Amino acid sequence: MDADLAIDVTGLNKHFGDKHAVRDLSLQVRRGEIFGFLGPNGSGKTTSIRILCGLLRPDSGRGTCLGYDILNEAASIKREVGYMTQRFSLWEDLTIRENLEFIARMYGMEDHRQAVASALDNLGLTGRQDQLAGTLSGGWKQRLSLAACMLHRPRLLLLDEPTAGVDPKARRDFWEEINELAAGGITVLVSTHYMDEAERCHRLAYLAYGRLLASGTSREVVDAQSLTGFEVSGPDLILYARSLRGLEGVDQVTAFGETLHVIGRDARALQATAERMAGGGVHRWTRIRPGLEDVFIGLMESAEDNYR
Amino acid sequence: MRLSWSRWYGIIVKEFIQLKRDRLTFGMIVGIPILQLILFGYAINTDPKHLPTAVLLGDSSLYGRTVLQGLKNSEYFRIDRVAASAADVEELIAHGEVQFAVTIPEDFGRKLARGDRPTLLIEADATDPSATGNAIAALSGVLRTSLSRDLQGTLGRLIPPADPVDVRIHRRYNPEAVTANNIVPGLLGTILTMTMILMTGLAMTRERERGTFENLLATPALPVEVMTGKIVPYIMIGLIQVTLLLAAALLIFGVPMLGSAALLYLSVFIFIAANLTLGITFSSIARNQLQAMQMTFFFFLPSILLSGFMFPFRGMPEWAQWVGTVLPLTHFLRLVRGIMLKGNTFPALWPDIWPIVLFTFAVIGIGLAVYRRTLD
Ligand SMILES: Nc1ncnc2c1ncn2[C@@H]1O[C@H](COP(=O)(O)OP(=O)(O)OP(=O)(O)O)[C@@H](O)[C@H]1O
Ligand SMILES: [Mg+2]
Repeated sequence: MDADLAIDVTGLNKHFGDKHAVRDLSLQVRRGEIFGFLGPNGSGKTTSIRILCGLLRPDSGRGTCLGYDILNEAASIKREVGYMTQRFSLWEDLTIRENLEFIARMYGMEDHRQAVASALDNLGLTGRQDQLAGTLSGGWKQRLSLAACMLHRPRLLLLDEPTAGVDPKARRDFWEEINELAAGGITVLVSTHYMDEAERCHRLAYLAYGRLLASGTSREVVDAQSLTGFEVSGPDLILYARSLRGLEGVDQVTAFGETLHVIGRDARALQATAERMAGGGVHRWTRIRPGLEDVFIGLMESAEDNYR
Repeated sequence: MRLSWSRWYGIIVKEFIQLKRDRLTFGMIVGIPILQLILFGYAINTDPKHLPTAVLLGDSSLYGRTVLQGLKNSEYFRIDRVAASAADVEELIAHGEVQFAVTIPEDFGRKLARGDRPTLLIEADATDPSATGNAIAALSGVLRTSLSRDLQGTLGRLIPPADPVDVRIHRRYNPEAVTANNIVPGLLGTILTMTMILMTGLAMTRERERGTFENLLATPALPVEVMTGKIVPYIMIGLIQVTLLLAAALLIFGVPMLGSAALLYLSVFIFIAANLTLGITFSSIARNQLQAMQMTFFFFLPSILLSGFMFPFRGMPEWAQWVGTVLPLTHFLRLVRGIMLKGNTFPALWPDIWPIVLFTFAVIGIGLAVYRRTLD
């Protein structure tokens, strides 16, 4: 076992009836790393995270989490992991303060009063501590959950879409805090659908249909796909996009605000098409480096062809 | 992993707070007793037969045996104990092992032959008047017909036109055959069964349906801490309910309280614990609140039907009595009647205490075995 790995699992499989939700998942996450977990809806992110913290038993596979066996030492894992569920799972009929106090007691924290007080302070919720958690707005619920799962100062954070529905300022604060924690040696595994967040991760993994399709730093993931990309600007982009689809070398056309991203695997064919189209028209074609999003959309579409 | 008081305390505090904010449950705690008082306030009379009877045979003459035979033939009495002394009779009745005790005095045959109308003492455990009423009503007829044959054969001339025997009936424990005396302790048991199982039955399924179970499961809390921690607040609720009902029983229905209040509360405590563990176990098995509720009713029905609450226990077929013996309510009813109406003390209560305790531990074992440690 590698002592530098906070998470080290191989060959995880999980079925729900006929559904193969996680297939042969192998994952290595280093200590102090911010690891992003990406993938379309239903790709198995939540299921994988639940297996990691002992909430689901894998059908096969093995591995360790913080050095503890995920199959036999779930109790030890739970003590040192902070898990934030995707769906709000604190008690809506308890107040903010009561929720935090309950969590603190569950982890047997000795200084729980102080921990709760400082968590409330960090959240800026001290003034509303007696409000029922169920009456918070969606974003505030997210922030409360996050505070609750970090309360006992875990060594590993498993965050399932922690920033879904959170406003930009709070999101930035959140990432600042995550970065600080990671610098302090805490490992963070975070699932997200936001590309800007994916870019902020040290490394990331992309799942589709329960399979790990790509992993590495965001640069590695992009480079590994060796895609060619063009950015197109000009009038009537919607119509123009329609005319581009199906042309030689064009694999995907995606609208990005005022521009189109045209991406292809075959660099030469796409180059030729680009020159032809740019030559005779009012549209401007610029060569770009494809981003993560372009890569993920490509991965998703090819995964659909292969595994559906 | 070791048990932690801090976690256990945390769970108890949480349950108390949630209970405090749950108006519906609070309504149930008050509403169900009232509803049941109205529903079951009326007595249900039936006609049980083959009631266990002890005899103290002071006179071994022909007449004594004829009387016994006559009692047997009536089908109301089943003579299965022969008592050696009056103290023996006392004990059999106090422990509820027999419903009746027949004492045939020494000079029974002699007096009868002389035409002196000897005394025949019949003691009846009348805590449940519906069980004994018909048997007692049938008694004098039974005696007259059976004795008349003997008396005609040998001493025909002596048959008096009226009853040959002076039958003395002692209704023990509930001399006026007041139904409320039986119904009210019974209500105590059924209300506790109903509310305790239902409330804890919903406890785990509620967590699961609201999604909070995932959070609870992600913490290091142990199954036994969660299960028992969730039970504690309801024990208090149960004790409050009991106090309310007892006050009503004593003040409104005038039910006597002959035994010790401490013993009564001990019985109540054991009984509540049995029901709560059952509820929490149902709650671990059930997938949702509806299933938990169905399980509760599935258990509640035999409890009221077969425990001796609705129908006299001895009037039930044997298989039903077997089922009834497993149910905590059966024993609880005997305990409460024993304490309130008979003033029984611990030795007499023990035979009905240990079955409830055994039941509780068996159910905790099952509950821990089926407790979901994962989300699978
Ligand atoms: N308890 C369950 N029972 C049955 N099927 C399940 C269960 N949990 C998940 N699944 C299925 O497993 C697959 C993976 O689900 P999972 O929740 O892990 O996806 P996800 O990547 O987290 O998706 P999202 O981005 O929408 O949160 C889905 O097809 C889902 O329907
Ligand atoms: Mg998910």
